[in-house]
Amino acid sequence: MKNVLKSAVAGLALMAGASAANAADLKACFVYVGPVGDFGWSYQHDQGRLSVEEHFGDRVETAYLESVKEGPDAERAIERFARDGCGIIFTTSFGFMNPTIKVAAKYPDVKFEHATGYKTAENVATYNSKFHQGRYIIGQIAAKQSKTGVAGYIASFPIPEVVSGINAFMLGAQSVNPDFQVKVVWVNTWFDPGKEADAAKALIDQGADVISQHTDSTAPLQVAQERGVHGFGQASDMIAFAPDAQYTSIIDEWGPYYIHRVEEVLNGTWKSHSSWEGLAEGHVVMAPYTNLPEDVVAMAKATEQKIIDGWEPFTGPITKQDGTVAAEDGVRLDDGAILGMNWYVKGIDDKLPQ
Amino acid sequence: MFEAVLLTVITAATPLLIAAIGELVVERSGVLNLGVEGMMIMGAVVGFAVANQTGSGSLGVVAAIGAGMAMSALFAFLVLVMVTNQVASGLALTILGLGLSGMIGEAFIGVPGLKLPELHIPFLSDLPFIGPVVFQQDALVYVAFALVAGVSYMLFRTRMGLVLRSVGDNHASAHALGYSVIKVRFLAILFGGACAGLAGAYMSLAYTPQWVENMTAGRGWIALALVVFASWLPWRVVAGAYLFGAVTVLTFHAQAQGFGIPSQFLSSLPYLATIVVLVLISANRRLTLVNTPACLGKPFVPDR
Repeated sequence: MKNVLKSAVAGLALMAGASAANAADLKACFVYVGPVGDFGWSYQHDQGRLSVEEHFGDRVETAYLESVKEGPDAERAIERFARDGCGIIFTTSFGFMNPTIKVAAKYPDVKFEHATGYKTAENVATYNSKFHQGRYIIGQIAAKQSKTGVAGYIASFPIPEVVSGINAFMLGAQSVNPDFQVKVVWVNTWFDPGKEADAAKALIDQGADVISQHTDSTAPLQVAQERGVHGFGQASDMIAFAPDAQYTSIIDEWGPYYIHRVEEVLNGTWKSHSSWEGLAEGHVVMAPYTNLPEDVVAMAKATEQKIIDGWEPFTGPITKQDGTVAAEDGVRLDDGAILGMNWYVKGIDDKLPQ
Repeated sequence: MFEAVLLTVITAATPLLIAAIGELVVERSGVLNLGVEGMMIMGAVVGFAVANQTGSGSLGVVAAIGAGMAMSALFAFLVLVMVTNQVASGLALTILGLGLSGMIGEAFIGVPGLKLPELHIPFLSDLPFIGPVVFQQDALVYVAFALVAGVSYMLFRTRMGLVLRSVGDNHASAHALGYSVIKVRFLAILFGGACAGLAGAYMSLAYTPQWVENMTAGRGWIALALVVFASWLPWRVVAGAYLFGAVTVLTFHAQAQGFGIPSQFLSSLPYLATIVVLVLISANRRLTLVNTPACLGKPFVPDR
């Protein structure tokens, strides 16, 4: 009985897949780690999906699965999409890397795009944005604006993307105030408003008057607003939640990349690659600078322009926390070193969780 | 400093406490409702939506309680009338709540919410230390303690409590004595739903005044665990909820201080500490056995 049911369901799914394929030239599918309503990471990816729909109209059909857990669940979700006739599948979290590679090996005709990972294959491309460029700018702002000389940093998981963000923030801050302090709190979650708020409160209670976050909810900014300190938005413009507290926000713009890659699948020119773009290409966008004096806005804009013109925040001299030299004066860290970063720069008062 | 920590702990513990005290009553009546998370998230979204539309936090709270009760009524219908499996029905309720809340809340994503005001009691609120900690909380913090006191009194000092406990301990005997097992359980489930809804409202109107999908982030499950580890005793639930909140907040402080303890270990500490402490205080086996509802999770079909 069970088997009959199963095949019936599979048949239905096939039929649905087939009819969908007739309607549009391509089905583009997205797997999100959080709910699309997180107003952060997954929300921004979904905005990218919507811009694909808008751009291609009836030619491209899209589908998404939200709140997919990193781990075995992810593999099932991705495989379901591959079976359902998706031509290109975007898996949008670091933890989807191995599941994506595994499923991709079974479906050579389907294109896969994995965000923030480092494993590629014939039909698996990776893409990421240079968020650390924005973090350098907000580090500068924090050092300029902080009265206590201490910033709080709410971090999610000790992966290279987050670590390089903390380092870029610190380097930016040190470029303004060499003695600036950053207190890091790891909440070990991407999304838990309550925990993020508690972490923000703990940091403020310990003297931080600027809060930066690498987690996805608006809760830390709301706490900053309530306590009369300041902070930065994450992934989307969060000014509505903290009209007096947000200095700026590092916005993820996935739309241009998604449109570009879907276009390439339609043209048959899609190739596996590792895309890693930033402010210059508009994949990272700074929200309007608010609640800041003019000279600080000018400084932030100048840095933004410098980065757009090709300057890299991870340019030496950079000293690691243990005192060894990471990059000599004027030497730029190569992409691999930034994407695989597992060390702190000097001055960060925290031990990196291993 | 200590005062600041305490204030944070209170907000972290209150939603757990409210949800757990409701579930405690449900389980004392012999029903296991695993849908706390689902009812809580529904409370959070409905509370936020109504407060947002009407501009009144109190209306939001009332609506959240209503939403929790509506969800629990559905559960009650399933397990009491249709005599479905309680574990499966509870899980289904959670999944339903998470999905439905996402749908209802879609329009409210990215909309700043309103925060329940903190009560300000003249003179008392201005006392040093005690003032801000004890007399300057939002109303729901006091409601939480009133609920615990009320439930504790009701369970162990009133006839109603005796009936409720006997239904949970031996539904056949209670039925033979002429008590309506179904009615008692239905009311207990409704109370549990109301509490879960209220806990949800606390999340979206006081703790983090906003609506985002999944914002309860597993707190319903922690509340469920607290009930078991508190061996179904109301004041132990308070101990558990506050301990859990306190350790969570303290781990953040420890990190910000830069003690260099691995953060993964610190993250697991609230769970470890709460389990260890509650197991220790439950070491008295006889007391625990006496307080465990013997009919927990067992369906009851009255023979006419």
